[in-house]
Amino acid sequence: MKKQIRLAVNGFEYDLLVKPHWTLLQVLRDEIGHTGTKEGCGKGECGACTVIIDGEAVLACLTLAFQAQGKSILTIEGLVREGRLDSLQEAFVKHGAIQCGYCTPGMIMTSKAFLSKKPHPTEAEIKKALSGNLCRCTGYVKIIEAVRKASMTETGK
Amino acid sequence: MKMDYVNIGKRLPRVDAVVKATGEAKYAGDLSMPGMLHGKMLRSPYPHARILDIDTSAAARLTGVRTVISGNDTIGFKAGGISAQGDEPYLALDKVRFIGDAVAAVAAIDEETAAEARDLIRVEYDELPAVVDPLAAMAENAPLIHDRAPKNISFKTDLAYGDVAQAFRKCDYVREDRFETTPIRHGFIEPHAALAVWDQSGRVSFWGSKQSPYFTYRNLAKALNIPLSRVRVVQPYIGGGFGGKNEMFDVDFCAALLSQKTGKPVKIVVSQQEVLYAYRQRHPTVIDLKTGLKKDGTILALDAHIVADGGAYLSIGALSLYLMCAFFCMPYRLPNMRAKGYRVYTNTQPSCAMRGHGVPQSRQAAETQLDLAAGEMGLDPVELRLKNALKPGETTPNGFKITSCGLEESIVAAGKIIARWRREKPKDDGPTKRGIGLGCYGYTSGPRMAGHNTAGAVIKVHEDGGISLATGSTDVGQGSDTVLSQIAAEVLGVRLEDIRYGMVDSDITPLDPGTFGSRVTFITGNAVRIAAEDARGQLAEVAANALEANPHDIVFHDRKVYVVGSPERSLPFSKLVKIAQYSATGKTILGRGYWAPEGLEVVNFETGRGNMSAAYSFGTQVAEVEVDTETGTTKVTRMAMVHDCGQPLNEMLMEGQLEGSAIGGVGHTLMEEIVRRDGQTMNSSFLEYRMPTSLDACPLEILHTDTYDEIGPFGAKETGEGIQVAVVPAIVNAIHDATGVAFKRIPITSIMVLDALKDETKTGQAGIED
Repeated sequence: MKKQIRLAVNGFEYDLLVKPHWTLLQVLRDEIGHTGTKEGCGKGECGACTVIIDGEAVLACLTLAFQAQGKSILTIEGLVREGRLDSLQEAFVKHGAIQCGYCTPGMIMTSKAFLSKKPHPTEAEIKKALSGNLCRCTGYVKIIEAVRKASMTETGK
Repeated sequence: MKMDYVNIGKRLPRVDAVVKATGEAKYAGDLSMPGMLHGKMLRSPYPHARILDIDTSAAARLTGVRTVISGNDTIGFKAGGISAQGDEPYLALDKVRFIGDAVAAVAAIDEETAAEARDLIRVEYDELPAVVDPLAAMAENAPLIHDRAPKNISFKTDLAYGDVAQAFRKCDYVREDRFETTPIRHGFIEPHAALAVWDQSGRVSFWGSKQSPYFTYRNLAKALNIPLSRVRVVQPYIGGGFGGKNEMFDVDFCAALLSQKTGKPVKIVVSQQEVLYAYRQRHPTVIDLKTGLKKDGTILALDAHIVADGGAYLSIGALSLYLMCAFFCMPYRLPNMRAKGYRVYTNTQPSCAMRGHGVPQSRQAAETQLDLAAGEMGLDPVELRLKNALKPGETTPNGFKITSCGLEESIVAAGKIIARWRREKPKDDGPTKRGIGLGCYGYTSGPRMAGHNTAGAVIKVHEDGGISLATGSTDVGQGSDTVLSQIAAEVLGVRLEDIRYGMVDSDITPLDPGTFGSRVTFITGNAVRIAAEDARGQLAEVAANALEANPHDIVFHDRKVYVVGSPERSLPFSKLVKIAQYSATGKTILGRGYWAPEGLEVVNFETGRGNMSAAYSFGTQVAEVEVDTETGTTKVTRMAMVHDCGQPLNEMLMEGQLEGSAIGGVGHTLMEEIVRRDGQTMNSSFLEYRMPTSLDACPLEILHTDTYDEIGPFGAKETGEGIQVAVVPAIVNAIHDATGVAFKRIPITSIMVLDALKDETKTGQAGIED
C-alpha cells in the first residue's frame, strides 16, 4: 500500500504517495522527475546515485524514501543557483573531468559533500573520498584534478 | 601545414560538458512517455538446454500485465556480425546457449509488476551437456552448440606470409611460450536501456543506449520484418560503450515488439547484474607464440596459434579474430609470419569488440615475449624495439600501408623517460622491488571493411552565424561531438560555441557505420570538413559579390570574412549569412559532405590480406611498478606514453582518452577477470568484479610525436583506443623487470606473485599453473 510522505528536495517540498520499499533513487527519478541522479548498479557499488542528505553524501539506491523524511535532500539538479553552475560543476567542465557523463552527477555530489567538510584536501584525501564512485572513461585523473582546482577557487559553498 | 587555428588544437571543454555536469543530459533510461509500459527479460538459468515448453498463462493473468512474448512470437531473425551467418535470435527459438540467454519478455504497468510476471513464466527445459572451455569445445566428441559449426568452430583465420619454416632455421634465437588472457568487462556504468514506440501507422521509433545506432536501425527492420523506412532510431546521450554497445540486443528488440503488441510505449532498462552476466565480454584467448630473431635483434619470423573463446554466438567475432591475427604484423617489421586463429563457441557469454578490439590479446603475448627474448639475448628492450620499428612508407606482409608514422620517435623518447626514471628511484627498496617496462602498438584510424563505410555530414547555417552540424556518428564519451564541431568551426571561421551539434536521428541524419575502430574523428571528421567547405564555398560566392572580389580570395576567420590581403574589406559572418538568405533569390546555406578512405584493399578476414585503414597510429607506453615481495601486491606508480595521433585536435580531450585507457589497462593487468563456474558467472557485481577506482589512478606523462597525417582531418589520427594495447604488456614487463618473473597470464594477482617468488623454478611459468 502506498503511504503519503513529504520530502524536501533542493529546497522544495513534495507530498508523495510511495510504497514503503521504494528507494529514494526511485522516488527522485520516477516520482519527482529528477533523472540527473543516475542508477548504475542499484546496489551501492558504483556511486552514480550519490545525493546529499543533511550534508552527508548518501547512496540514494540504498536509502528508502521513508528514511529521507524530514531531512534536507540535495541532488545534482539543486546545484545550479541563479543560473550559475556550482564551482565544482564549473571545474568538471573546464578541466575535462567529464566524458560519457554517466558517473558525473554522483562524482560531483560526492565531491560537494567532501569539500564542505574538508575545504583544502590533499590529493590523497581527494582520491580516498572519490573511491566509492566508479568511472570507466576518465581514469579519474582529470576528476581528481577538477576537485583539487575547485577546492582552490571556492569551497564548501 | 601547422596553422594558426582558432579552434583546432585548443584545450576546449566538451560541447556537452555543461548538460552532463548539471544532470540535464538525458540517457535512454531517463526517458519516459505518457502511458509507457515497463519491460523485463526472462533469461536462461542453464548454459545449454533445449526449450520444450513456455507457459506464459500465469504471467499474463497477473493484474497490470499487458503482454508476454517469447521466441514463438518472433519471425526467428538471427543476428550476427556477418549477417548471412547470423546465429543469435533476440529471444531463444529452440534452445538456450548460455546462462543469461533471453527466453521471454513481459510488458506491464510498472517494473515491479513486470518482474513479478517474469517470475511466473514457466519454462520447461531439457538440459544438454554444456561446454565452457574453448579447448574442450574443439574436441571431436564435444557437444555441438550450433549444428552447423563442427568442432564448435565459429570462425577461422589463417595468415601466412613469407617462408616461416625456412626463416626460423635462419634464426639465432627462437622461443615459444603460451599466453592466456581472461574474459573481462567493458565496464560502462550505464546499463543497456531501450524505449520503443510503435504507432498505428506502422512506424517504430526507438531510443536506446547504442554506440552504433545504425546497426539497430537495420536490425530492427529485419527482426520485425518491416521496411527500413518505418524505423526511426534516435540517439540520447550514451553512458559509455567501449565496444559493448555496438550491436542491437534482446532488450532493443523486445521493447519494439512489446510496443507493437500493446500499442503503448515500452521501456526496458536492464540491471547492472544482467549487464555483467548476460551481455558481452572481451574474447579470452590462449595464444601459443613462437618468435625467431637474429643475434642482432632483427625479428625474422613469428608463428602464432590462437584459440579465442567466442562464447555462445558469433557477434562480430570474425572481425575480432582477424584483428588478433593481423596485428602481429604491427608495429614491427615482420617478413615471415603465420597466424592461425580459431574462434570457438562455448556455452558462455558472447565475446565481442572491446577497446583495442582483439589487438590487446595478441600484442600482450608478442610484447611480453619480446622482453623475454631481449633478456635472454642480452639486448636492451628499447633498442630491440627501435631496430624492428616500422617506418613511414613500409608495407606489412599482409598489406597494411604505413603512411605517417612516429613510432621510432616515440621509442626514442620513451627510452629517455625510462633512463630518467631509473636515475630517479632505486630498483630495490627493502621488500619493495621496483621495475620499469614498455610496450609499443600500432592501431587503425577506422577500419575499411566490405559493406557500408562512408560517413556523412550536413551543415545548416543560421542567420545569427550559428551552425547546426549533424552526422550519423555518436559520442559515447570519447568527445567526438566536440572535435567534429571544432572541425566545422575551424573551416567556417567561427567559434566552437557557435556550433549546435545534433545527435543521431535516423530520419534525418546521414547513414553511418558506427562508433568503432577509432573511425569517428578520422572518417566522420573528414566528412564534416567537406560539408563545412561546401557551406563555405556557397557563402564565399555571396561574400565575393558583396565585397567585389573573387570567391577564392575570401578568407573566413574568427566570425568574419574578408578579402585576402585587404582585411578592411570585411563582413561579420552573421551579416554574410543574412545577405545570402535575404537577397531576392534567397540562398539557404546547407553544406553536405561524405567521405570514406579511398583505394584501400578490402580486408579478407580469412586470409588477413588487405589494408584496413587509411592511417595507423603508433605509440610507446612506459610503466613503473612497485611490487611488495612480502604481500605480493603490485602498484603501478606512474606511467608515460609517447604517442603518434597525428595532430591532436583537442589536447584536453586527447589526454582524457589516454588516461582512461591507461588506468583501464591497469585494471586489466592486475584486477579484472570474469570468474565462472560451469558457465555461471560468479562475480556479476562491481563489488566482486573489481575495476580501478580513484585510488588506482597514478601520475601520467603524456607526450606526442611530431606527426601530421596528410589524410586525417587537420592532420589527426586515432587516439585513446590503441594505447590500451600497449599498457598491459608495459605493466607485465615492468613486473618482470622488478621481480624477474614474466607472467604469461593476466590478471596478475598478489597470490600469483607470491607463488612465483616462493618458487623460483616457476619463473616464466607462473600464472598458468595455478
